[in-house]
Amino acid sequence: MTDPLLRLEGVTKRFGATLALDGLNLEVRRGEFIALLGGSGSGKSTLLRLVAGFEAPDAGRILLEGQDLTGLPPHRRPVSMMFQSYALFPHLSVFDNVAYGLRREGVGRAEIGRRVGEVLAMVGLQGMEQRRPHQLSGGQRQRVALVRSLVKRPPLLLLDEPLGALDAGLRERTGFELRAVQRATRAAFVMVTHDQAEALALADRVAVLEAGRLAQYGPPQELYDRPATRFVAGFLGAANLLEGRVGPDGSVECAAAGCRLRLNEPPPHAPGEALTVALRPERIRFLEPGEALPSANAASGVLRDLAYRGEGWVALVTLSGGQVLRVVLPGAASPPPPGSAVALAWAAEANIPLAD
Amino acid sequence: MRRWGLVLGLGFLWAPILLLVGYAFSADRIPFQWGGFSLRWFAALAENERMLEAAWLSLRIAAGSATLAVLLGGLAGWALSRLGPFRGRALFGTLAGAPLVLPEVVTGLSLLLLFVALQGVLGWPANRGALTVLLAHATVGMAYVAVVVQARLAGFDRSLEEAAADLGASPFTVFRTVTLPLIAPALAAGWLLAFTLSLDDVVVASFVSGPAGTTLPMLVFSALRMGVTPEVNALAAVILAVVGLLVGLAGLILQRSRRNLPGAG
Amino acid sequence: MRRLLLLAPPWLWLLLFVAAPVLILLAIGLAEPADGVPPFLPPLGWEAGRPVWQGSGASLAVLTEDGWYALAFLRSLWVAGVSAGLCLLLAYPLALGIARARPSRRLPLLLLVLLPFWTGFLPRVGAWIGLLRDGGWVNGVLMGLGVVQEPVPLLYSDTALLIGMVHAYLPFAVLPLTAALLRLDPALEEAAADLGASPFTVFRTVTFPLSLPGAAAGFLLVFIPAAGEFVIPSLLGPPEAQLVGRVLWDEFFQNRDWPLASALAVALLLALILPIRLFQRLEARS
Repeated sequence: MTDPLLRLEGVTKRFGATLALDGLNLEVRRGEFIALLGGSGSGKSTLLRLVAGFEAPDAGRILLEGQDLTGLPPHRRPVSMMFQSYALFPHLSVFDNVAYGLRREGVGRAEIGRRVGEVLAMVGLQGMEQRRPHQLSGGQRQRVALVRSLVKRPPLLLLDEPLGALDAGLRERTGFELRAVQRATRAAFVMVTHDQAEALALADRVAVLEAGRLAQYGPPQELYDRPATRFVAGFLGAANLLEGRVGPDGSVECAAAGCRLRLNEPPPHAPGEALTVALRPERIRFLEPGEALPSANAASGVLRDLAYRGEGWVALVTLSGGQVLRVVLPGAASPPPPGSAVALAWAAEANIPLAD
Repeated sequence: MRRWGLVLGLGFLWAPILLLVGYAFSADRIPFQWGGFSLRWFAALAENERMLEAAWLSLRIAAGSATLAVLLGGLAGWALSRLGPFRGRALFGTLAGAPLVLPEVVTGLSLLLLFVALQGVLGWPANRGALTVLLAHATVGMAYVAVVVQARLAGFDRSLEEAAADLGASPFTVFRTVTLPLIAPALAAGWLLAFTLSLDDVVVASFVSGPAGTTLPMLVFSALRMGVTPEVNALAAVILAVVGLLVGLAGLILQRSRRNLPGAG
Repeated sequence: MRRLLLLAPPWLWLLLFVAAPVLILLAIGLAEPADGVPPFLPPLGWEAGRPVWQGSGASLAVLTEDGWYALAFLRSLWVAGVSAGLCLLLAYPLALGIARARPSRRLPLLLLVLLPFWTGFLPRVGAWIGLLRDGGWVNGVLMGLGVVQEPVPLLYSDTALLIGMVHAYLPFAVLPLTAALLRLDPALEEAAADLGASPFTVFRTVTFPLSLPGAAAGFLLVFIPAAGEFVIPSLLGPPEAQLVGRVLWDEFFQNRDWPLASALAVALLLALILPIRLFQRLEARS
């Protein structure tokens, strides 16, 4: 096992009375694409600024390739950052913006010309060298900012909401481009985002931050299918949370939902203990009329509201116990009108027991 | 490094002022020479009839010209930022801004020539003195008020006034209930600015005043030309104390009003 | 119509007290000096029912022919330029300190820069008279440090003049510069540092070029009033060296040559039109 590229050990950062990061540990491997996912105030941007050197941690260490970065000023750190606002120098041309970092290293004129041309070609911006940032479209600016921070071939690139300033239509395409650039340069990317779809789509591993702590860290599918906590389950894909108590036979009795859950593996809980189970809305199906209601992993209720979203339907069902369940049906389905009595069922493996 | 720059700059600005105030309490006849603590120069100041008379005159001129400047400059600033294009707007803007950039000697001389010409043609103003100084200072102050009001109004969306009109307010009601409260701080700041400019002016006043209208700065200037008298230091100390008090008070009021308006500012 | 009613007072005031005086100034600049009150002959007289031209370009001619006036102009522009440059030099660290301070500290710091304005211009100049004379504080400090052995004659010199100018006008330079620095996105400086620029290089390649409009505005804001300054040169400057403001004053108050004083004022205005236009362009852009 080789050393990780970046390693955060017990990093803590306070701003006045608020704790932005609370003893955070995190490892990033070479060439990996990491997404830091969290709401506002979760500490994800603070983490980037600590690694880049714009803030100093109150406790803990930040190691890059085994070397302690703490105390090194930003301009001596080999990491690069792409800013949310892009921070393109308005008084410099595209060429001079991209060449800025190379000039600071004292790279020769011919070499600068070659490398700037190379990275601009990589993102399809050849011929734009002499433009000023304000003469570019939002997408072009984003690409200039990206290659400006990559032209020095840093082993690690930090990206602060790289797609945040783009129109919704441009976001998906730019996301694919970002991945392509990451693979071509083989740099590790650490991207901060508040958009769960973006994190799941782009990253090799996703780190979910909650109140300055790491809630869960793993591949996107693992996080989606096996969220560890209610926060992760709620943050990724808006799961339904069913509160229940473990029965003597290992099944879970949920009073608010008015149903009984049978898990694939019996929970490690003793009978009588409380347990929360996450249930993905797209794993639930409507029973056909006349189909018998199974004894477990099924519930009946009233269809309260229905919204068509093109690729699917979102249905809100009030269960007999009073809880409202969110259900996503495929677009081809033809759900009954609101107000109808409906019966729901799901497979045992759709039940995800949570740790809290 | 940054703190060092602040210390250097503020030190340069404040050292002479603080020394001046400190030595105002020195008994020595030579200014900036310590001769033991004494209030004699403040006493001398209080008994200096000419100085007191000039100070009273200056205060009245400053208050009057600042009030006129707020009325005229407020209208000018409002017109420039809210009336849109009107006939002669470019000339209006140039004239409103001119006193800001004209050298004092030019302003003073040209206004004096105007008063002389008016006297020749209309017989008014019959003689030069407090009135002519007041008119001149109002003209200069008006330019400053117009700039401050214009800047304040530029910071606010026109849609505020449009919303009021949409809700049924007549143009006058819009002005009274929306525009005026918006620019009130600018008017207050403009009044203070015009007031202090008037109290501080030697050059324009020297040109347009007559033998009957010796303002405080004119008197202080002639005293300084003879060499500093410790009385001037005492006067400066008094001014600084008053200004410091006013600024402190304004800060306190500002803090209060902010606390009363959560989410404002 | 109500608009017109509101617009009329400022319009009339500006025409009477700003436009008319400048026009009269131009006219008197073309008048012939004469004994009497006022001491000139109007350029346009009235004789036998029709207007007669009785002015002359003599005063304007004197300005161009007598090298003494040209010298006073050059000296004034030089003093204004050096004063404005020195103000900028001091204003940069001040403005940077204010702009980079915690937001809650910015206003108090700015007030500290502006407050000297409110203590009165004359007492401040007066303080320098006391500080710069042979037995004054500045010489005392210089001698105490062993820089000089005996008092240097500082008062009534160009040094004193420049010190007074910079002290009086420094806040003018700090204000636009601070505003320009506050408008600067801090991410730009961080991006430069992130790309490997040392703090000084960040200033040289990002902060300075991007604050240039503010610096230019600050320079002109000092330069324009300094070029016609009268009080500071006459209280602190060398008596023999004449500046336009003082020359104008003396022609008017001592020689009672109103046409020459007016011609000087017109010339000063012409000399300042370029910097004034430049300043207004900068203001309009920000």
